[in-house]
Amino acid sequence: MKREIWKGSEAIAEAAIRAGCRGFFGYPITPQNEIPEYMSLKMPESGGVFVQAESELAAINMVYGAAASGMRAMTSSSSPGISLKQEGISYMVGAELPGVIVNVMRGGPGLGSIQPGQSDYFQATRGGGNGDYHMVVLAPANLQEAVDVMFEAFDIADQYRNPVLVLADGLIGQMMEPIVWKEHTPRVLPDKTWAADGRRGEREHNNFITSLLLAADACEARNIRLKAKFDEMEQNECRWEEIGTEDADLILVSYGTPSRIAQSAAEQLRAQGLKVGLLRPITVWPFPTARIRELAAGKCRGFLAVEMSQGQMVDDVRLAVGEKKPVGFYGRCGGVVPTVSEVRLAAEKFYQEVQ
Amino acid sequence: MTTIYRKSTGLQDTELHYCPGCSHGTVHKLVAEVLEEMGAVDTAIGICPVGCAVLAGNYFNCDVIEAAHGRAPAVATAVKRLHPTQPVFTYQGDGDLASIGAAEIVHAAMRGEKFTTIFINNAIYGMTGGQMAPTTLLGQRATTAPLGRTVEQAGSPIRMAEMLSTLDGLVYAERVCVTDIPHLNKAKKAIRKAFQKQMAGEGFTFIEVLAACPTNWGMDIVEANQWLLENMAAYYPLGVIKDKEAE
Repeated sequence: MKREIWKGSEAIAEAAIRAGCRGFFGYPITPQNEIPEYMSLKMPESGGVFVQAESELAAINMVYGAAASGMRAMTSSSSPGISLKQEGISYMVGAELPGVIVNVMRGGPGLGSIQPGQSDYFQATRGGGNGDYHMVVLAPANLQEAVDVMFEAFDIADQYRNPVLVLADGLIGQMMEPIVWKEHTPRVLPDKTWAADGRRGEREHNNFITSLLLAADACEARNIRLKAKFDEMEQNECRWEEIGTEDADLILVSYGTPSRIAQSAAEQLRAQGLKVGLLRPITVWPFPTARIRELAAGKCRGFLAVEMSQGQMVDDVRLAVGEKKPVGFYGRCGGVVPTVSEVRLAAEKFYQEVQ
Repeated sequence: MTTIYRKSTGLQDTELHYCPGCSHGTVHKLVAEVLEEMGAVDTAIGICPVGCAVLAGNYFNCDVIEAAHGRAPAVATAVKRLHPTQPVFTYQGDGDLASIGAAEIVHAAMRGEKFTTIFINNAIYGMTGGQMAPTTLLGQRATTAPLGRTVEQAGSPIRMAEMLSTLDGLVYAERVCVTDIPHLNKAKKAIRKAFQKQMAGEGFTFIEVLAACPTNWGMDIVEANQWLLENMAAYYPLGVIKDKEAE
C-alpha cells in the first residue's frame, strides 16, 4: 500500500470523511484549525455538510442534532473549546447519541498556551460534563494511529450509541508523517431505527430524542442501563501497546506524543543495560488497569508515568498498581514538550530509587 | 354523522400537562393542524426546548428532538442541512430563545437556515416558577423582580422579531397571539405561511406568539388574556414584522 505524507489535522479530517462522517461542525481555535479548514472544502465535495458554528456550544449541539437525526457527525476543537462542548457531550450521552469529538490538546488552564498539552486527561476520562457517564477515549501517538482510530471512533460511537473522544495533543495535530490508508473493516452495526429522521410511514409511533426523565426512578433505571453499556465498553474496547515490559524492572506508562519520547528514553536506558519497558495506553478510558495490575504483581519494581501535565494519568496508574510497587511521575506542562534526555534522566533516577 | 371537529393527526392522543389558560396547548394544536394540512406529519422533525414545552415530543406526532437550553436553532441547523427536503421547526420559549439561546437564534437567522421557529413569548420563565425573562415588561412583577422590572436593574425588554428582522437571512417574521378566535385564525395562517416559505427554500422564518401564563402572572384566564392584549401587544406589536417577498 502507498505511503503518503499528511499533516495530522488534515489526516484526521480526511479519515473522518472516509469513515462516513456526513456532518462537520466546528469553531476556530489553535492548534486544530486545519481540521475545519480541510472540512470546509472536502466535506461538501463528498456530499456532506460543513457549518462553521457561532461557538463551540452551537457546534456540539449541531453534532447532537445531526446524530439525533441518524447521521454520522463530528466536531473538533482544542482544550478551552472542548470545555465549552461539555454540555453537549453530557446531553449526547443522556440521549444516547453517537458522535465523535476530537480534542487537539493545548496547555491550560484557562486560555493557557497554544502549544501541545495533556492536561485535559481528567476532563476526558472522568466526564467533563454533568452526570454519571463515560465515553471511550482514544489517544493516538502517531499519525497512522490517528487515522486508524478515526474509523474505529465512528464505529464505537454507533455500536454503543455514545459519543467517542479522540484525545490528541497539539503535536499530533501539527506534525507531518507518512501514513497508509488501510482497508477498514466496519463493525456490524444495528440500524438507527431510533433516529428522529421523520416517520415516513415506517413507524407506528414518533421517535422522541431526549435526555430528560422527570421521574427519579426512571432516571435511575436509564443510568443503570447506561452503566451496563460503560461496563461493556470497558470489557471490549480497552487497548494498549507494550514494548519490552516482559523483563522490565521499570515500566514507563505514557500515552500520545510523550509515549514516543518515553520509548526513546527506554531504548537509550536499555542500551546502558537498564531493563526499562513502556506501556502505552491507546484508550485512556477504558484504562488498561487489569494489565498494569498484572505487571505490578510480577518482577517489575516500579512504574513511572510520563505526561505533558502536572500528573493526571498517574492517578490511574496508582489505582491499578495500588501499594504493590512504587509509582513515580515525570511531566512537563503548559505547552512544554519534554526532551528524551530529561525523561531518560528522570527514569534513571527513579530506577535507582526502586532497586 | 358529520364530523365538525376532530383532533389533528399531528398530535398524539394524550393529555397535555400545561396549566389551564396556558397558550402552549393552543399553539401545539395550530402547528399540528398546519403540519397535517401540508401532509407533513410524517416527514417533519421538531426541536423542542428546555422550559414548559420540554415534553413536546410526547404531544406532537412527528419526530421530535429535545435540545439543551437555548440550543434548538443549532440542533435544527444540522437536522435541516442533513435532511433538506423535510420540514424542520424549533419550538422555543422566551427564556430559551431570547436569553440563554440568543446567540444560536441570531446566527441561525443570519445564516438563513431554512427552518421555522415558533417563539412562545409569555414574558416570564414558566417552568422554573415565574422568574424575570428578557421579555418581562417594565413594571411587571416576577419572582426575581418582586417589585417589578426596572430599566436600571434589567434594561428594557427585548423585541426578538424586530431584532432578527434586521438580518437578511430572515425572510418572514410575524407576531401573533391566540387570545380569541380571530387572533387564533391569524396565528394559524402565519404558521402555515412560515412553513410554506421554509419548504420553498426561501430562508429562515419566525413566528412570535404572545402567550398567556396565568399561573405565573397570578391572574385568572380571562384577566390574563386581557392583560396580554392591553400590555404585551402594546409593547410587542402584532402583525407582520418582515415579509421579504412583499417588500
